[in-house]
Amino acid sequence: MNDHPSLPFNGMDGLPELADEVLSNVRAKGADCFRAQGFPAPGAEAWKYTRLPAINDMGFRMAVATDGTGYIVRTAHLADEQVAARLIFVNGQPRADLSHTGNFPPGVRLEPLSVALKNDPAWLNGHLGASIGDSGDGLVSLNDAALAEGFVLVVDAGVCLEKPVEIIHFAFGTDIALAWFPRNLVVIGENAEATLVVRHLGGMNGRYFTNAVSEFSMADNARLRLYTLDEAGTGITAVTRNFTRLAHSSALQTFSLMSGDGMSRLEQTVHLEGEGAEAIVDGIYLLRGSAHADSTTRVEHRVPNTTCNEVFKGVVDDTARAVFQGKIVVCKGAQHTDGQMLNKTLLLGEKAEIDSKPELEIYADDVKCAHGATSGKIDEGALFYLRSRGIPARLASNLLVRSFLGEVTERISNSIVRDLVAARVEQWLPDASHIDRTEQAA
Amino acid sequence: MLEIRNLHVAVDGKPILRGLDLAVRAGEVHAIMGPNGSGKSTLSHVIAGREGYEITNGTLFYDGRDLTGLAPEERAAEGVFLAFQYPVEIPGVPNTTFLKEAVNAQRRHRGETEHDAMQFVRLLREKVKELGIAEDMLKRSVNAGFSGGEKKRNEILQMSVLEPRLAVLDETDSGLDIDALKIVADGVNRLRTPGRAMMIITHYQRLLDYIVPDIVHVLARGKIRKTGGKELALELEQNGYAEFVDEAA
Repeated sequence: MNDHPSLPFNGMDGLPELADEVLSNVRAKGADCFRAQGFPAPGAEAWKYTRLPAINDMGFRMAVATDGTGYIVRTAHLADEQVAARLIFVNGQPRADLSHTGNFPPGVRLEPLSVALKNDPAWLNGHLGASIGDSGDGLVSLNDAALAEGFVLVVDAGVCLEKPVEIIHFAFGTDIALAWFPRNLVVIGENAEATLVVRHLGGMNGRYFTNAVSEFSMADNARLRLYTLDEAGTGITAVTRNFTRLAHSSALQTFSLMSGDGMSRLEQTVHLEGEGAEAIVDGIYLLRGSAHADSTTRVEHRVPNTTCNEVFKGVVDDTARAVFQGKIVVCKGAQHTDGQMLNKTLLLGEKAEIDSKPELEIYADDVKCAHGATSGKIDEGALFYLRSRGIPARLASNLLVRSFLGEVTERISNSIVRDLVAARVEQWLPDASHIDRTEQAA
Repeated sequence: MLEIRNLHVAVDGKPILRGLDLAVRAGEVHAIMGPNGSGKSTLSHVIAGREGYEITNGTLFYDGRDLTGLAPEERAAEGVFLAFQYPVEIPGVPNTTFLKEAVNAQRRHRGETEHDAMQFVRLLREKVKELGIAEDMLKRSVNAGFSGGEKKRNEILQMSVLEPRLAVLDETDSGLDIDALKIVADGVNRLRTPGRAMMIITHYQRLLDYIVPDIVHVLARGKIRKTGGKELALELEQNGYAEFVDEAA
């Protein structure tokens, strides 16, 4: 490992100039820190089960604006009437022609980060990095160094955004390896409410590296439902870092679907900073082929009377590999914390793998915390029960997988997202519609 | 209908059934009684086709066909049904969905048209009413959180919806109070027709007060040791299984 790595991607050539001095300092400081920190070292504890490919050696270039993908993207996004707004990025660049910002009530702002960097640097200075503190690492620094694009969503106090805001990151094949660094900022005001769906699509051909950092700040009584749906192709290496802060009595529900064919890691840090704050941190992973998906969470209970409930379940086939690292930290004085964490995996393939590491770190004495992790094959007894009623083996196995995932997917409170996830589950399950006799007898 | 000859079955290399002979004709109800560990459940699982039961010798014919080459789902579609001693819980799958999948899979297998949703719901309501089972059991997930009695009633419901020709009931009476036992027995008796055969596997005579068998067998140490009429069950209740267990192998 290089002790003093230089900036990759040709020294970040092609980044637009930033007029604001403070913001350009963010980049410069990020670049300095990255030189000191580098990419996560293979032996690092937080990266024990996920090894990034040698990004520096892969000849990535910073992505620039593209066109000509409208047709593909339009087949994937939600209908206009289903969303409050839609913002589409192709290879990291916002595409106004594919986006839709029509159905907003007053008091809501959604715009590409590049627009906010130009129009509102003072506001950005006050918010950027505020949720990260000292929790960053080399990848966060690298994202700082590439500060240019992403999105900003602000929901003012008391405003309720019922329909989801849909953000799509679409990777589209080119001959050169591309990299992009989304930086996103979400601010939910007092008593405000929003639903956000972030989707990763495309990437069937080509090679891509994306390194995203998002900050979510929730004021008193704020409500946020955050859905991250990863269905990108084999060409993707994606690291996504979410930092969320919850004030008094605010409620967060996150759900992630990790079902890409490439390599992805979603690392979520949740800080419960106000009494009565509640977080539900859920996810499912559906992996086959040589996919690798890492769901890493760190939930910190920093004050008394906060709750967190975490359920991650997944199904892994072929030689795919899933990683779950969940940590619940109960800080000193955070009495009456209720923290629950569960991770369950079905391994369908003989060579499929799950590395599960649930952890509790508790510095208070009056708390209710528990964690559990299981993995195994489909229950032979249940399979036989269904088959003995006439349901063919593969259909029976699909029924049991659906039932297994249902415990998590039923907790998705937004029905549009629940349908999207259900559709993905159906698409992912092995086709059981045409079963011939020989297979039945096998 | 069912013709078993000299059946030897091993589980994990350990012989359980050791030369079992049994013939069941259409319209008959057979009771298989025996002490724990005699091979009763093994017999029921072998008929239904569970994996892990190795037939080391003998034959198992159903309607003149060798059953051993058929997958469990094929046996079911051909009319074989096993009521489980321990029905499996499947959270998240409503009973109605499960039954519809099962009925339609069997119909597809037999080359019949599938039921549509309306037809099927009507059929289910009818059955539930007939059996005196609460209708909300249809909406609940398969056996999830069911009491022991509810699970057994659900087995009987499945049996009446699937209308098998050979029904094997494995210790269906275990864990039932007298009311549940009556509901279960009543469900079974409704299905007694000249074209259908049944095997009631039980440890105790109690269930046979309500489902009166035509023929009673004693299964002990992997083999049918005695066969008689319904009075044999009463005899066993009096004398126990000692004479069959103690007999030199």
